[in-house]
Parts: sequence; structure tokens; C-alpha cells
Amino acid sequence: MSDTLEKVQAIVVEHLGVEADKVTASASFIEDLGADSLDTVELVMAFEEEFGIEIPDDAAETILSVGDAINFIDSAKS
Amino acid sequence: MRRVVITGLGAVTPLGGDLKSSWKNLISGKSGASSITKFDATDYPCTIACEVPLGEGLSANDGSFNASDWISPKDQKKIDTFILFGIAAAEMALKDSGWSPQNDEDSYRSGVGVGSGIGGLASIEKTALLLNEKGPRRVSPFFIPGALINLAAGQISIKNNLKGPNLAAVTACASGSHSIGEGAQMIKNNKADVMLVGGAEAAICPIGMAGFSASRALSTNFNNNPEKASRPYDRDRDGFVMGEGAGFLVLEEMEHALSRNVKIYGELKGYGVSGDAFHITSPSEDGDGAYRSILMAIEDAGINKEEINYVNAHGTSTPLGDEIELRAVERAFGGFAENLSMSSTKSSTGHLLGAAGAIEAVFSVMALNENIIPPTINLDNPSVETKIDLVPHKAKEKEIKSVLSNSFGFGGTNASLIFSHHYN
Repeated sequence: MSDTLEKVQAIVVEHLGVEADKVTASASFIEDLGADSLDTVELVMAFEEEFGIEIPDDAAETILSVGDAINFIDSAKS
Repeated sequence: MRRVVITGLGAVTPLGGDLKSSWKNLISGKSGASSITKFDATDYPCTIACEVPLGEGLSANDGSFNASDWISPKDQKKIDTFILFGIAAAEMALKDSGWSPQNDEDSYRSGVGVGSGIGGLASIEKTALLLNEKGPRRVSPFFIPGALINLAAGQISIKNNLKGPNLAAVTACASGSHSIGEGAQMIKNNKADVMLVGGAEAAICPIGMAGFSASRALSTNFNNNPEKASRPYDRDRDGFVMGEGAGFLVLEEMEHALSRNVKIYGELKGYGVSGDAFHITSPSEDGDGAYRSILMAIEDAGINKEEINYVNAHGTSTPLGDEIELRAVERAFGGFAENLSMSSTKSSTGHLLGAAGAIEAVFSVMALNENIIPPTINLDNPSVETKIDLVPHKAKEKEIKSVLSNSFGFGGTNASLIFSHHYN
């Protein structure tokens, strides 16, 4: 398991109150994990804080699943 | 005419995490005041407050309050503490009433009205500091919906599927009473059959304590003896002690309640309202606003003055306000004043601002049902002479006919409620 996945999982579990095993790469924040639009804003903020990156609003709109988040974070860090 | 009865009660107060423990401690003459634990208040002019006792909550059955009994930890972070207290006390009241909408029509006819004096002050403070330190991109999307005053009513309606009128009276320390009175109007005017009404407050935070200290409203002479600080009518009183919590009542149209065959605690008979048009923080010196509010409530109730024998006073323990209210009550009741017992439960709970009128309405209804008048604790030496029994130190058994509850707020806003036994 990549370091990014682990950290993203922990953030999603904390913010959405879901079981860790539900937080798979293909899980959609809204459809599978019960987030609403405000939750997704907060998740993006938490990713920014955790990974020390900036996620512009237009990029944030494309982050719909756990996998999207991991891909964005990994490419922003590299 | 549609009549309004009370079928449910709930409370979270500095005296307990539920109504049962709050009431027991209230009539035992306990004080909810202690040194502030929420933050380091060492350098503040007032270092004491009446905080809600936190603990294991329902599982321990020790009268403590546990947020997780009422809302999941992840959702707790999205709301200010005043909303949390509101959600908890509202659920208690609703459960007590046994009312739960079974279909759309039930839901459309059930509303919510929750006042607060300041709303999410602690959240505003915390977020302003974060904004200053880390910039606008770190402000949570839940900040605004977690701090807005009407979001207590909003959250409670969502959790309980109540789709009727959804309101929030914001009248400083009269917010709770106005929410109850206006909720009753909704039922009387046939906009709803059931209204879950009350007030919620949680302003014991640095900016709240600093702000009320600056306006010279808080007690400062009893920092080393917190339980003695709230002393309405006593000559040594020097300001109020800040409290927090929430109080709720289920108001219900009488026939609606009778058809459910549930316990009816009493009837909300009268509601009076007025404005002082005098000063931003001080009551009008002649008590004119309070006097007119009381008279309007009595007239609205359609009862004789002698039928009221207990007054739950606003009585905040400020040097000016207590005596002005006392004189207004004496003037309103004239020769019948000598039949009155009048106590300030703020002597025990401190001043819950926008929740004060709500918990005091709950206590008034409890007094009516139990025939016990809660005491005015710490009243060692009344500052004035009066024919009215101020119920010093100890609770008193008395057959209560009707209760008047007063609330007055900054800005010169007044509300009076009258609760009576329910007779068909």
C-alpha cells in the first residue's frame, strides 16, 4: 500500500466516519462514502494540509474518488 | 379558539445533562458555578461560569452530558456547541412527548423554533484566529452552517423530519421566551399543530467572557468563591454569571394532544411582548417595558392576577436589573403582590442568555407540576424591602395555580409567558 493511500484513507475515515475497508481507490466520495458537497470541500482542504500542496478549485472539482485524490497528490508531490 | 398545551420537556443545563438531574439539583439549592475549565481565564476580569457538566453521559446515568449520546463524533466537529446542546435537549423533549411524525401531513404540521442570543460565537472566534494565522483557504465549509443561529432549528428539523414552520427568535436574553411565545402563535394561528421550541447557548469562550466583562455585565467579586457569585436581589450582587445549555418544550394544539392520550404538563395561557426604546444594555429605569409585557401576558391569558402565585424572574443578579423587575412585578400585581413567590433560578444556573427563557419555562412547568418552587440561592440580605416572597435559600412547597416567567434582553426587548394547569 502506498504511503499516500494510507494517509488519504486515514483522512477520509476521520472526516466521513466510514470504515477503512470501504475507502478503496475506486470509491466515490459522494456515491460510495456518503459525503455531501461541503464534505468534499473539507476533504480537499485536509489533503492540502496533510501533503503541503495546493489544490486549485478547478482541480478540486475533478477529484471525485479516492483514486482521483491519490493520483493528484502523487503528481503534485513529484 | 385553538389552545396550546405542553406535552414534552427537555434540558441541558449547568446543573445536569438532562432535565431530571437539573431539576433535582435546582430544588436542592445547588450552584452550577465554578472556575472556567474551557480555557485559561486567569487574566480575565471574571474567571467563573456555569458550565454544562461533561462526562460519560447516559451510560453512567450520573447527570453528566456526553455529546456522543446525541450526535456522531464526526458531525460534532461540524456544529457549534450551542447547536449540540440544542439538538440534545430537543430530542429529550420530543421523546418525552412521544410525538413522531408518521406521514407527510404530520411532518408538515410539526415545526421548530429555537432562539439563541449569540449563536456560534466560539466557532466565530476560533475561525477568525485560524483565518488570521493561515489565510482564507483554511476556513472550513462547515463554519457558516455550524455557527448560524437558525441552524439549531435547521438541524433539529432535519434530524426529526419536522417540516412545519422553522424559526429562530434572536432577542438576546429573551430569545428563548420569544421562541416559545412565537411558537405558540404558530399553533394558535393554525400554521402548525406541534411546535418544538426552546433556546440554546454556548458563549463561555474568551471573546464572550471578554465582551460581557467589557460591558460591565459579569460578576467579578466572587472569582474565589464561584458558588456565591450569582445572588439575585442580594445587596452584594455585582453582575451575572455566564451559563450555557439548552431548554426545550413540545407545544401542541390541545385537541391534537388529547387525541394522542399523552401526559399534558400544562397550558401555555399567556404571552406578552414589549420594547423599552430606552438604552442598548440597561432596562428602562421605571421598569415600564417589563410592566407592559407582564400586563399583556395576563390579559392574553384571560385570567385574574390572583391566579398567578409564582413568578420565575428574569433576575440576573445585576445591580440595576433585579430591582427594576421587582418593582415592575409589584406594580403589575398591585395588592395581589403579597400572594406571590418569585425566585430567580439564575442563582443556581447562571445566566444562559438566549437559552435562559427556555430553561426557565421548563422549570416553571416543572414547578407547576410538582408544586415546588425552586429557591433563590445566595439571597442573604435582600437589597430592598418587598411584600413578595423571594424564596431565599430553600425550595418551597406551595400549591401553584399559574406561573409567570419573564425574560428581558439587551436592546430593550421583553417577553412574559404564563403557564397554567390544563383543564378541558
